[in-house]
Amino acid sequence: MKTIINYIKSLFLWELLKGLKLTGSYLFGKKITVQYPEEKTPMSPRFRGLHALRRYPNGEERCIACKLCEAVCPAACITIESEQRADGTRRTTRYDIDLFKCIYCGFCEESCPVDAIVETRIFEYHFEQRGDNIITKDKLLEIGDRNEKQIAADRATDARFR
Amino acid sequence: MNMLSTFWTTVPITLQIVIQILAIVLPLSLAVAYLTLAERKVIGYIQARIGPNRVGPRGWLQPIADGIKLLMKEVIIPSGASRALFIIGPILSLAPALIAWAVIPFDNTLVLADINAGLLYIMAVTSMGVYGVIIAGWASNSKYAFLGAMRCAAQIVSYEIAMGFALVGVLLAAGSLNLGDIVRAQTGSLAHWFWLPLLPLFLIYFIAGVAETNRAPFDVAEGESEIVAGFHVEYSGMTFAVFFLAEYANMILVSALAALMFLGGWLSPFQGIPLLQGLFAWVPGIVWLLLKISVLLFLFLWFRATFPRYRYDQIMRLGWKVFIPITIVWLLAVGVAVLYKLPWWFD
Repeated sequence: MKTIINYIKSLFLWELLKGLKLTGSYLFGKKITVQYPEEKTPMSPRFRGLHALRRYPNGEERCIACKLCEAVCPAACITIESEQRADGTRRTTRYDIDLFKCIYCGFCEESCPVDAIVETRIFEYHFEQRGDNIITKDKLLEIGDRNEKQIAADRATDARFR
Repeated sequence: MNMLSTFWTTVPITLQIVIQILAIVLPLSLAVAYLTLAERKVIGYIQARIGPNRVGPRGWLQPIADGIKLLMKEVIIPSGASRALFIIGPILSLAPALIAWAVIPFDNTLVLADINAGLLYIMAVTSMGVYGVIIAGWASNSKYAFLGAMRCAAQIVSYEIAMGFALVGVLLAAGSLNLGDIVRAQTGSLAHWFWLPLLPLFLIYFIAGVAETNRAPFDVAEGESEIVAGFHVEYSGMTFAVFFLAEYANMILVSALAALMFLGGWLSPFQGIPLLQGLFAWVPGIVWLLLKISVLLFLFLWFRATFPRYRYDQIMRLGWKVFIPITIVWLLAVGVAVLYKLPWWFD
């Protein structure tokens, strides 16, 4: 009996009509498209976008050239050179990140003992010249200076989970 | 109006025909262009997206942009390809889809060629379309294209039979091969249309039509997830666009034929209903025909958004073991009904 019912059902395309009903209901349902340049999805404070180097409030750069980030970087995209300054502290003379190699894993940020290298919320950027993909210490510091407010706020919201 | 018709008779006959052909082909090309937009919009809506909306207001210029893009692109002919056949392939698939429109009646009198073998002509001409696909697949000299062409050939041959039987049912019921006469035989009311007495044939005709046009869920000839793009994998630019024109023109043709043969063509659906009949008497017949075609075309898009692709052996099983037996049985039923002049439809 059951096989006969199944046979009749398949002959009258029962399952197919059920499928059409389902998709037909979606035709009139709510659309979830986000119109990107005009609309944007919410972003986490932990978002890992373009890198930046931070400074202390007194203007001194945070990075102490411990090279933990260089060591932990799985893509080996960070290159650091350092020297001793006249006041006896150790600082970087070179801090390059190759954005073509970087996989935006955030390990550098996590390994940093002084919260110097961070990843910001910036993800809409591009390069126009060959070689622009390698961002130098000056550029990193400049990005940090420009977005310090947002970076600090994001670190503050995330602080209690660290 | 009178002046216009006297002027029309002074136009040389060749020019008259050319103008009539253009009056069919130009709106048809426009319909094809906007069918692609409709498809992307409908499928988008069903997938909870909104579809193209950037080019022009609400995306209305998208098909124009697509067309310009494809025109500008280079036509690459693979070095191992058979040059002449490679170009003939797409042309041969588009031409039948267009010339079949010669016998389609848009109204009681509005038809380019009112020939008595209309249905036969359509069968003959649309069967040619598969050669375009086979030639394209063979001339590409690519294994994916060749596989697609082979699948397409086997599939279309199988479904042509079921489709042909469905049409035999129609001509039995109407007693004529002239498409105009077939529609006139359905005069009466919505229940007089052939979809009711020929319901299994109508369903089989439409499903076979989906298979004939290589549309999802019967798009194994294209099968982008299995054989890249099937028969048109090596095509680019305008030659590629011609394949798509052919596919969409074929969709419109199959819908038009289904509307004519099973859904009463240009006849008003309110015919025979006392009050509504008078209320809608002013609507020209061509509007009803276009409406019916649009509804059937929407079904094509709906199917594509709903059903996953059939497996190849399932397609063969459906065609040979399900459709052909059902059509033969129903042909006998229709024959008996016509013989004994079953009231309402065949009296």
